[in-house]
Amino acid sequence: MDAAYLRAARKYRQDCNGWQQLHGTNSMSAFRESVESMIPALRRYARALARDADIADDLVQDTLVRALRSEKLFIGGDLRSWLYTILTNLNRNRRRSLARKPVFTELFDNNPDASGTEAEGRDISRALAALVEEQRSVLLLVMLEGLSYREVADIQGVPIGTVMSRLARARAHVKAYLDGERPALRAVK
Amino acid sequence: MTEPNISVTEDELHAFVDNELPAERRADVDAWLATHPDDAERVASWRAMAELLHARYDAIADETVPKRLGIERLVQQPRRWIYGAVAATLVAFVAGGSAGWLARGAAATPSTFRNFTVDALDAHRTYVVEVRHPVEVAANERAHLQQWLSKRVGYEIKAPELDAAGLKLVGGRLLPGPEAPAAFFMYESPSGERYTLYTSRAAKADATQMRYAAQDKDGAMFWAEKGVGYVVSGPTDKDRLNQVARQIYDQTEKVGG
Repeated sequence: MDAAYLRAARKYRQDCNGWQQLHGTNSMSAFRESVESMIPALRRYARALARDADIADDLVQDTLVRALRSEKLFIGGDLRSWLYTILTNLNRNRRRSLARKPVFTELFDNNPDASGTEAEGRDISRALAALVEEQRSVLLLVMLEGLSYREVADIQGVPIGTVMSRLARARAHVKAYLDGERPALRAVK
Repeated sequence: MTEPNISVTEDELHAFVDNELPAERRADVDAWLATHPDDAERVASWRAMAELLHARYDAIADETVPKRLGIERLVQQPRRWIYGAVAATLVAFVAGGSAGWLARGAAATPSTFRNFTVDALDAHRTYVVEVRHPVEVAANERAHLQQWLSKRVGYEIKAPELDAAGLKLVGGRLLPGPEAPAAFFMYESPSGERYTLYTSRAAKADATQMRYAAQDKDGAMFWAEKGVGYVVSGPTDKDRLNQVARQIYDQTEKVGG
């Protein structure tokens, strides 16, 4: 078991130690129902984060497996933030592990996921792809998933000030991208 | 609205859009935006950006959840995910680097194992199905095979004797490994069950306990000793795999890596 995973579980356990008494023996199925109710939002976040539909659902699946395995560890608390934490970490790990593997890229950018949508949608996904991992994650958690700065700070394990500066930079990059600037040239201006 | 006394910072503009601003300051920002068109334009662009994100991705949340993500399925068939869970846990250790999430001390060994085991299982799956060319050098050239592989992997390796487990050496081959070339030996039982041993340098891995991972129809036992990693792969019968792995362990111990 890795430390982040245990730390997160422990934290949320401390946050809400009255929860189990409240829910008694139904807590197991209530836990599963809560996890289940989060799947659509997790899929949305994962897709925006990872772009690729299969990779996104792999991330969601790994997140669910880990969450369900720790059913007994988890006694209430902010399940939603916890699931986002697991998924965010898994994605970061996945990207790091890519470092030792050959990266396969499409020869032609005819990804069916992109071709069916309107130009605007394509642009926002490309703008996201141009962001560094931490900025993309902050932007999506705040703007798409509606999490608070405090929750995102806990998820990323950084101070709120760092979340805000990442968010500001992410918004500036995406805006520049959508306005038609080429991100590579921005730094020179 | 009166002009705010203190000018509005960029942080406050973001907080304003994200509903993170204290209620008493919101009116000040409204007033500020009325007189600062550049800031008003930025705020409007961030709101438009949020709408673009929702327009692009909300549909995914409305899709029917794929069967493989069904909770019942994940709860009822935990064994299928043992390998994935093990891999995910091990992968998590890889992230020991800079983010500050993970305990540093334990970081090196499991990532080595993860790479090892994934590579070894890949090799196992690739070659056990081969009928005509399962190995590069066959068992009748055992001495040559051992000499060649020892030279390439950089430590003395002998193909273990597994007669006691009812397994005969088929032969071996050289493979790329996570850190250095890997030696790969294949064994076969009279009924055609195949087991493989995959071994390579694992500089960061010191002595560790034997671990088990399973994926689909294949299982793997892995351990490391004196900077050398070993993975024994075979059918998922854990007791049988354990028996084979123990015999290999006992023999490699004498060689000493």
